[in-house]
Amino acid sequence: MGLKIEQLPGIIRKFPGGSFLVTSLEGISGWARSNSLWPLVFGTSCCAIEMMSTASSRHDWSRFGFEVSRPSPRQADLIIISGTIVYKMAPVLKRLYDQMAEPKYVIAMGACAISGGPFFYNSYSVVKGADHVIPVDVYIPGCPPRPEALLDSMMQLQKKIRQPQKAMVNE
Amino acid sequence: MNKEKLMDYIRELNPGAVVDDEAALLTVTLSAGEVHAMAQKLKDYPGNGFDHLSSLTAVDWEDHFQVVYHLYSFSGKMTIVLKGKLEERESPLVESVSDIWKGAALMESEVYDLFGIRFKGHPGLKRLFLGENWEGFPLRKDYSDEINIIER
Repeated sequence: MGLKIEQLPGIIRKFPGGSFLVTSLEGISGWARSNSLWPLVFGTSCCAIEMMSTASSRHDWSRFGFEVSRPSPRQADLIIISGTIVYKMAPVLKRLYDQMAEPKYVIAMGACAISGGPFFYNSYSVVKGADHVIPVDVYIPGCPPRPEALLDSMMQLQKKIRQPQKAMVNE
Repeated sequence: MNKEKLMDYIRELNPGAVVDDEAALLTVTLSAGEVHAMAQKLKDYPGNGFDHLSSLTAVDWEDHFQVVYHLYSFSGKMTIVLKGKLEERESPLVESVSDIWKGAALMESEVYDLFGIRFKGHPGLKRLFLGENWEGFPLRKDYSDEINIIER
């Protein structure tokens, strides 16, 4: 499996015939969770195209542990809000979020998900940021953000999951 | 399709209609009450009937509304635009063309949803996108929404 010893959360103790890992429960569960995030298949506009490109072979987000996208919220623990949220979509998004099992994480991808977007924000139909509906862990600016930016935000989220006590203000 | 012949056909049917050949598409401007009769005649145009309604929408010119129909003839390979002027602003009413082209019903529902123009003879006119409880018609120029829209 190519396990990197130095990335394990804890201390390796060697003893004759093998070794064991001393760690905290929080540390090992955070390590496991952060490396097997399953995103929900959810896309509302053009950011979703960029998200699909990040998922597919050229950028391949499975390299970082976002192995499979799940079509059901009950099997997913990460929702990437990729696109504009309109008032008609907001209750659906809330329901999807409520259906996801704990622990669950949210990434707001692109200007529309952050603040309503650069185009249609001054409109009767657009929610001015997905965080009016559900809590957001990581925001990525861009219109749409590059796949590298999405990968970076996902790695920021992994860091946040591994070390929840540390505030991720600006890194 | 012979454009001149078609223009003569339209002028003969409705002498009051303004036929504009200069624009990118052949445009016929008339009052909204005359649109249904003209649409029926264009559907039945001998040889190359306008069998496809490719778009139905409306424009708010502040002092009046305009319903805009794009008709296409598959055999004649030509588009014609019908523009119907609608003076009434409080409760605008146009005759539905859903008896001529069935697909018009959905587009008319959308126009009703966003402009509040009612269509007489429509098989089930109701709010399409915004939901039954929505108040007002957002694409009207005098629509105001103090929470979501900043006036500039």
